[in-house]
This record gives sequence, structure tokens and C-alpha cells, in this order.
Amino acid sequence: MVERRDPLLIVDGLNVTFDTPHGAVAAVRDVSFALGREKLGIVGESGSGKSQTGRALLGLLARNGRMSARQLSFDGVDLLRAGEVERHALRGRRISMILQDPKFSLNPVMTVGEQIAEAFRVHAGASRREARDRALAMLKAVRIREPRYVFDAWPHEISGGMGQRVMIAMMMVPEPDLIIADEPTSALDVTVQLQVLALLDDMLARRGAALIFISHDLNLVASFCDRVLVMYAGRVVETLRAAELHAARHPYTRGLLACQPRVDGEGADLPTLHRDPAWAR
Amino acid sequence: MIGSQLQQGRSSLLGHVPRRIAGTALSLVLTFVGLTAVTFVIARVMPADPVLAIVGDRAHQDVYDAVYRELGLDQPMLVQYLRYLGQLFAGDLGVSIMTAQPVLDDLLRFFPATLELATVATLLGVFAGVPLGVLAAVRQGRWADHLVRVVGLFGYSVPVFWLGMLALFVFYAKLGWVAGPGRIDIFYEGMVEPVTGLILVDSALAREWDIFRNAIGHLVLPAAILGIHSFAYLARMTRHFMLEQLGQEYILTARVKGVPEGAVIWRHAFRNVLVQLITIVGLTYASLLEGSVLTETVFAWPGIGQYITSSLFNNDMNAVLGGTIVVGTCFVAINMGSDLLYRLVDPRVR
Repeated sequence: MVERRDPLLIVDGLNVTFDTPHGAVAAVRDVSFALGREKLGIVGESGSGKSQTGRALLGLLARNGRMSARQLSFDGVDLLRAGEVERHALRGRRISMILQDPKFSLNPVMTVGEQIAEAFRVHAGASRREARDRALAMLKAVRIREPRYVFDAWPHEISGGMGQRVMIAMMMVPEPDLIIADEPTSALDVTVQLQVLALLDDMLARRGAALIFISHDLNLVASFCDRVLVMYAGRVVETLRAAELHAARHPYTRGLLACQPRVDGEGADLPTLHRDPAWAR
Repeated sequence: MIGSQLQQGRSSLLGHVPRRIAGTALSLVLTFVGLTAVTFVIARVMPADPVLAIVGDRAHQDVYDAVYRELGLDQPMLVQYLRYLGQLFAGDLGVSIMTAQPVLDDLLRFFPATLELATVATLLGVFAGVPLGVLAAVRQGRWADHLVRVVGLFGYSVPVFWLGMLALFVFYAKLGWVAGPGRIDIFYEGMVEPVTGLILVDSALAREWDIFRNAIGHLVLPAAILGIHSFAYLARMTRHFMLEQLGQEYILTARVKGVPEGAVIWRHAFRNVLVQLITIVGLTYASLLEGSVLTETVFAWPGIGQYITSSLFNNDMNAVLGGTIVVGTCFVAINMGSDLLYRLVDPRVR
């Protein structure tokens, strides 16, 4: 694959605000980063704005959400100026998102196969037959052993791990360039987590796609990604190479690291995470 | 492995079908016995004397006693009930005092009128209420939403008899757009052979299109008035269900995939709304089949609501019992129907 000079995604000064009955709430504040064909992790606590950053990139904020930025471009397309038609053409086809829990993110009254085939048909305008074949091939690619049965299964008939593999198949079938994975393994058992991550890694490598991995699990992100953005109260407080996580300087990141329980620890009390309002300014 | 498990799951699912049919049949029989028992007891403990209603209060004591025995009122209640059940299964619901006709014949005349009215009213309510409910949800907080809310509130709160009279005055008396009260013009009365008792169906079967058009002219106004209530209710419920579904994660998934908004609403959200709507539509339909006395009175519609009400006023217990059993059977049938539909639409309850 030809190495691109320009970053795939440029985010400069992104702000996301929600209008609530109690006034405007800023969920994302002045977030900037550039993304090449790499794996970028975004970590932070609940409410730190990491999920809303992902949804803003897709233009899928909730009704009461507003976004603004100095620059927001994807592969040369200015997302700030793009109309709904252009954004719609990007969605699924070029930027996709894997959601947290397949129990809720799959439509309960559509078969698994129908949902995967739909993701392909929406963009390719393919025949039903062709879409079915692609969906079956994709189920095989996510290492589902009997794709034909799973194709006709309903979402409530499959396990969480299989559901998440179905989700990956569905989001990868139009071969997007950027995948946003929003807590893709948080609803899964630890053993299944690793299988799903390995699969995701494999699929990304084959396709050469970029990844934004949103998680609250600092170690998981560090082991899986190339680079890590640490968010606090809607701001990026620190950006690190994943390998240099232990060298983190920001007190919030150090605090998060200190809060990780250790199997070989002496059972000492976990330190309380110290928060400084000054970080949010 | 997983596939074979799934396959096993499905075949065992099919294996349950005969057992499920047996279960449904059993619950049907129990419901029916319960229904007849309760209505029978209520009819018998009412402080109305069925003998007096027949012989009149000037009859001689001998005549009174003879009729008393003839009606089996000297027997224990259980024997009376079993006798009633036996007659019921033989198709004998007794004779109505009010009309001096067998109750079964009366019901066969009055019930189709209600069935016709309620069915058309429900169809109007569904085909207007559901799409407008969806529209209101999709345009939440905008003028379309407010409009549907105001119209719904109007339909919900305006008394039917007032609206009915007003509509008759405007559309029949002043504008002459529709035909007046009754099911059909007197001129056409008795001109089609009653096969189903539904004038629309019977006249269509006989290819009597003039009569068909005339019957529609009579039906459209009462059905619309009756339908306004179900329209208001269905629009409101549909809006609520739709908003609930549009907030679900799988909707976000569909949007992320790049599914066009129309398909997100109808293919994804509405299929889930449909599951919830089935119950509501069934109940609405059943409540209309009870007969709507007010609408039937205003439009001189010879329906079962009027029949039961006037039977009650006349202490005509055979007629009341017969009418109640018909209405109860409708409820049971509709519940079973929506249960079946439910299984068809929602894979989780199969």
C-alpha cells in the first residue's frame, strides 16, 4: 500500500455542546488530533467526552447536540462544509463505528444476515443474492464456523462474543477506511475480549484501515493501539505513544495508572483518583 | 457446533406447536366456561323477575308457577347453568322478550351492523393514526408534532354524540355529502340477500353497486366519528413507541451503516413499533365491537350496543346474556389473533 503523506483525518479545535434545560453543557472542548493509517486510543472516565468525539466525526450527535471546529476533514473532504448527502455517503462506506453491546446495537427483529447484507447493499446497490454471498463471506472472515446458520439467526439467539463479531462483520463489509470502536469489548467476558480484539486487529491489518479505539481501560488501549489520547472533562490532557505510557507526565494519567489493581499486589488499598478543576480549564 | 445448536433449537420449537395449540384450545374453553358462568350468575341474581317479564304482573298465580317451572327456575342454579350451556351449544339462546324473536336471530341481525361499523372505524383509525404518530415522532417538537397532538386531543376529548350530531348537521343536512342515519336507504332495504349480514360484503357479492355505494354513504360518517377516538389513541401511542425505538442503540447502528433515514424509520424502528402496536390495535378493535351505544343512537345504527342496552332496560335477560357472550367471544378471538400475530412479528416470543 502506498504510504500517504496527508493524514486521513484532521481534527482541529472540535467542540461539542448539548442544549439542556439547565443550559448548554460542553461535552467536548477544543479537541485536536491528526490520524494516519494507525490505531489511536482515546481513554477517559465516563462523561469525559470520548464517545461524543466519535459520534461528532460521523455527524450523529443527539438531537440537542451542536458541534463546531476550526478544521474537520476526512481524506480531503471538509466535514464542516459537507451537506447531509455527502456525510451520508461517507457513513458506513468510509467511516464506520462499532458499538458497545450487541444486545442493544443489533435490531432485535431482523436476522443477523439481513443486517449485514443491508450494510453492503446500502452502498453497493448490489442484488440480494450478491449481498447474501458477501455477508456469508464476511461471517466466515470473522471466524464464525457455521456462517449459514448464524446468517439466519436472530440477535437474541447468539452470544455476546458472537454478536460483537457480527457487529465487526457488519461494519467492515463495505470496507471502510476508518473504524471508530466505542468500547467494543466492555460488554464481553475477559477471555472473549481478547479473541474479539485479535480479530479486529487482523481485519484492520488486512484492509489497511485506521482505528479510533475508545475505552476507559488504559492498559487495554496501551497494548492495542499505537498512540493514546487521554481525555478529562471534554479536553485532551495528554497525548502519548502507547509504548511510553509508563512515562506519562500528566497527574491525571498517572492517577489513572495508579488506580489499576494488580494481581501480584499486596492487597493494598486502591488510591483515590485525585482531580484538579484546573485541568479542565 | 453453534449452527447445530441453533438448528436443534428451531426443531424443538416446531415440536412445541401441537402442545401450544392444545394449550390455546384449553385456555379458550376455560375462558368460555368462565365467561358464560359469570354472565349467567349475574343475570340470575339481578333483582329482575324473568317470569313477571313474560306473564305480566296481572297474571294468575297458577300461570306464574307454571312459567316458573317451565323456565327451570325451581332447579338449583348449577342445573340451570348446565341446561343453559346445553342449549347454548345447540344454538338455542332462548327467546327475546323485547323482540319476541329467538335471541340468536336477533344477534345475527344486530351484530354484523356493529362488526361493519367497528371494522371500518378501526381501519380508519389505524391508517390515519399510525402514520401520523410516526410523523409526529420524527418531527418531534415541530409544527407537525403539535398539529397531531392538538387533533388527537380534540378527538380524545370531544363527546361523540355532540360531534356526531354536528357532523350529521353539516355533512348530511347542509352539504348533502353523505347519506343520513341508518345503514341503508329505506328504498334499498331488504334488496340484497343477507349472506354475511355485512351490507358492504353482501352487496359486493351480489354485484349491486348502487346499494354498495349507498351503504358506504351511510357508513362513512359514523365510522369516521367512531374512528376519531381510536385515531387519537393510536397516534399518541405510535408517537410514544416510535420515540422510544428511535432512542435505541440499534437505530444508531443503522445510521452508522449509512441506511437512508426513511429506511431507518420504517424498516428498522417501525418493525419494532409494530410489535407493540398489535396489542393496542387489538384492544381498540375489541372495545369498538362491544358496540358504541352513543354513536349507534345518534346515527340510528341497529348495532349490538343498542340491542344490549335496550334489553337491559326491558329486563330481557336472554338477550343480555346472548349479547354478552358474543362480545366476550369477540374479545377472546381478538386476543388470540393478536397473540398469533405477535409471534409472527417478534422472533423473541416464538
